[in-house]
Amino acid sequence: MDAIFVFEQLLNGLGYGLMLFLIAAGLTLVFGIMDTMNLAHGSLYMAGAYVAARVHEASGAFVLAVAVAVGVTVAIAAVVEFVVIRRLYRRDHLVQVLATFGIILIADDAVKAIWGVAPLLASTPAALAGPVDLFQGLPYPSYRLLLIGAGLAVALGLYLLVNKTRVGMLVRAGASNRQMAEHMGVRVGGVFAFVFALGAALAALAGALMAPISAVQIGMGEAILIPALVVIVIGGIGSVRGAFVAALLVGMVDTAGRAFLPPALRAVLPPSVAADLGPALAGIAMYVLMAAVLTLKPAGLFPARG
Amino acid sequence: MLQMKKLSVALALCGVAALNVHAADIKVGIALDLSGPFSALGAEARDGFELAIEKLGGKLGGQPAEFIRNDFGGNPEQANQLVARFLQRDGIHFFTGPIGSNAALAVGPALFAAKVPYLSANPGPSAYAGEKCNPYFFAQYQNDTYDEAAGKVANEKGYRNVVLIAPNYPAGKDHLNGFKRLYKGGVKDEIYTKLGQIDYAAEIAQIRAAKPDAVFFFLPGAMGINFVKQFVGGGLKDIPLIAPGFSADEDVIQAVGEPMLGVLNTAHWTHDLQNPANTEFVAAFRQKYAGRYPSVYAAMAYDTLMAMDAAVRDVGGKIEDREAVLKALKNPSFKSLRGEFQYGANNFPVQNYYLREVGKDAEGRITNKLVGTTLEKHQDAYVGACKM
Amino acid sequence: MQGSTPQNPSSAPGAVAAITHARFPGLARRLPWLVLALLAAFPLLAPALGLEYYVGFVRRVLIVAIAATSLNFILGYGGMAALGHAGFIGVGAYTVVALVEAGFSSAWLAWGSAALVAGLAAAAIGAVSLRTRGVYFIMITLAFAQMLYYLAVSLRTYGGDDGYGLYTPLELGAWLDGAHAQVFYWVVLAIAAAVFALFSRVAHSRYGHALRGIRDNETRMVALGYPVYGLKLAGFVAAGAVAGLAGGLLASHNAFVSPSIMHWTQSALLLVMVMLGGAGRRWGAPLGVALWLTLEEALKLYTDYWHWPLGLLLLLVVFHAPQGVAALLERRGGRESVR
Repeated sequence: MDAIFVFEQLLNGLGYGLMLFLIAAGLTLVFGIMDTMNLAHGSLYMAGAYVAARVHEASGAFVLAVAVAVGVTVAIAAVVEFVVIRRLYRRDHLVQVLATFGIILIADDAVKAIWGVAPLLASTPAALAGPVDLFQGLPYPSYRLLLIGAGLAVALGLYLLVNKTRVGMLVRAGASNRQMAEHMGVRVGGVFAFVFALGAALAALAGALMAPISAVQIGMGEAILIPALVVIVIGGIGSVRGAFVAALLVGMVDTAGRAFLPPALRAVLPPSVAADLGPALAGIAMYVLMAAVLTLKPAGLFPARG
Repeated sequence: MLQMKKLSVALALCGVAALNVHAADIKVGIALDLSGPFSALGAEARDGFELAIEKLGGKLGGQPAEFIRNDFGGNPEQANQLVARFLQRDGIHFFTGPIGSNAALAVGPALFAAKVPYLSANPGPSAYAGEKCNPYFFAQYQNDTYDEAAGKVANEKGYRNVVLIAPNYPAGKDHLNGFKRLYKGGVKDEIYTKLGQIDYAAEIAQIRAAKPDAVFFFLPGAMGINFVKQFVGGGLKDIPLIAPGFSADEDVIQAVGEPMLGVLNTAHWTHDLQNPANTEFVAAFRQKYAGRYPSVYAAMAYDTLMAMDAAVRDVGGKIEDREAVLKALKNPSFKSLRGEFQYGANNFPVQNYYLREVGKDAEGRITNKLVGTTLEKHQDAYVGACKM
Repeated sequence: MQGSTPQNPSSAPGAVAAITHARFPGLARRLPWLVLALLAAFPLLAPALGLEYYVGFVRRVLIVAIAATSLNFILGYGGMAALGHAGFIGVGAYTVVALVEAGFSSAWLAWGSAALVAGLAAAAIGAVSLRTRGVYFIMITLAFAQMLYYLAVSLRTYGGDDGYGLYTPLELGAWLDGAHAQVFYWVVLAIAAAVFALFSRVAHSRYGHALRGIRDNETRMVALGYPVYGLKLAGFVAAGAVAGLAGGLLASHNAFVSPSIMHWTQSALLLVMVMLGGAGRRWGAPLGVALWLTLEEALKLYTDYWHWPLGLLLLLVVFHAPQGVAALLERRGGRESVR
């Protein structure tokens, strides 16, 4: 195990962490500002991936595919917000879970009816299909570099939006004290609709960008939902900064668990025990991390609400 | 009050069901994976079943038949529930359908106790091939045989150092052990991943560091799609990939596209296998389903109903004579899509296994192509443990 | 308002009981017994009606209702929204598997151990989880259940993902035939009735009132000197143990155990069924389970697209019956009596 290998694995951890952040960002934004638990975030992610895959295959233009995916998903989200989510803002979290679980059931059947159950073809754009040499002896998938870049850009964009713009100010006002903001003349309903659309755009972006390196099929939303929830819980639900830190943490712990734990165990334990224990531990590393963090800090690393 | 409600709903259900019963003598229960983890494969199987039903004109052995198709969501518990309904409410004579080994293992005991033949349309779990073998279970292959064939392919290709990768669950370990059974070279590393894993960067880095001659992967469904996409994207396309057929069948190929080119995989059937029954089947399938090539799941589903058809014909429609039906099933008189085969002592077939390579057909469509026969008249490794 | 009886508060959870009590003295008290009698007679009537299959179906409903009742207790009365309850069902089921693998065959030993081991697991998990609140509690219970799930998936001895078949039925004792479907049905019915009665009683005991006090205002209960953490933990452990018992029964019912029974979607479904029926309502859990499973069964008969109607049902419940179906029935009962 040489230095390059360790460096590569750290980069992999960073890459996976940023992927998780892409998905978790929208989820935590909606929760933090609207106090709404949206399990259907995974369904929006799936919608983004499906639309992007179809448009990319039909047109051959990846950027166009991502743009259309974001547009279509935001439009779907606007309808969902108007019909369902709008009436959930002041309701109990558990009721929100119930309603958005219902949306998942409907969304999965809708996708099945439109595109069938077979996984869709989602290819990597030709220019980014191969690896690039980061330096001698370390080829790295260029598409993953794009994902890392996108993750960092989203993080920066959200930071600027929330902290430096007028919209961000309204958003923060609506989040910290809805009634007060309403008295001051802020149309909170409009702000919330904007935040939900933004969350949906982020979910669609994540889905469109993940499509070329993962399976585009029904259930992909639920598969990614659990790690995303783990990330926002560790970070402190509602905190974008927390989600960023937690995503990197989970990415690193998960990758390190898979890359270094099995060989390390093999060095100290009998082979048969190590062969069983290593992968089992690596598989639950993320959950152990979450349980540990919540034991020490019951409201996550960066609690957003008092 | 609640119970009254429940009763009345149940009664209503029965009433409607009673209307549905026509003069069908023979009933086939088909449990489908149309949602859940194997939904893509379940849909392939459904297409195969439907083509067969069409071809048979809705009959079995010339007798009117009813084919009861229901989704069970890939969940073994729900499969159990569905089979209870098939047995107690519908009174089925044959059972088939599930894609997963877990569902097959869950529903077996109830079917065997009721003396209903279960013709597997996919899984051939080692338990049913060995100690828990049963005269009422018929398989189309044993799970490990694909891997055994892949191990032989690795020998023939002269690979000396291979990395193996599978999900961390007993079936994953079984498949890797199946590969090692006939493989004679060295194993550089065995990597076990989390079930349902999305990101494979860490494993791909390990593979790159190990510099193997080839990689053998058993990663069913979405996991395989994720892995191959990322493997090729990581610049490892010069390292050959070998897989058992289910990790590189049409569903995976159509979802991954170009990166699949060159993947070697083994199966007991392929769509370009030359025999009249298969040629007819593939042509009919492609005509019905928009030019798509059938996968092994569609072929097995089709074969399953053909086997039932032949058995009913052989017993002259006397379906209640279970002994005669079993005897007819055990000595199949139909033309199988896979060509010649016989059942071993454990009702698992003795048959050929083929090497396929993913390439392009004349129209430029990416698909599996037959390379050659890897194992001839091969029998599974568990037959010795079967006392039947 | 003609004929209304002022002593009947029609909005209270016990409205049906109170009202029917007023109109038909004694019926309210007898209604549960009537339901029980109908359920008990069902296996005897079923063959005549051609409903044999539904004996097994109702048995499954009863078992799931046991687990849901325990979840309703901590969720509805204790305000603990656990999204890992299927984990305890799994612990119970795998305890039975472990005992069978070790050569034991007594059903009572197996089911008792299932409850005990699941209770111990709940004690350990609850001790950590109950330090958190709200969504964090939802998520940490989920995390522990996921750990149990992955543990079961990788347990080679018990079949891992392929599951474990229980080929010989457990023995119920000298005079009860464990292989007999109807006997097992009655045993399950007796256990379900006992569990239901027990939780209904506890919900209205001093402990139950304290638990509801914690649900409604935890700070006040702390100020009043209640050992809040201990009270919650006791409820969580009891619910976990009962879920484990349900898991043990489910193992016998299916004659098969696989990790899929503790997948997170199963935990979510349990939560959904309780809320559909009405969290914190006496009849909420069994009503929700019966309604959901019956609909699922019925829809699957007719269409491959059976998920979306259930999703739509959830949305309808959220917007039109936020207190669950049980509350809806209670309200209707109230209105009728007012007329």
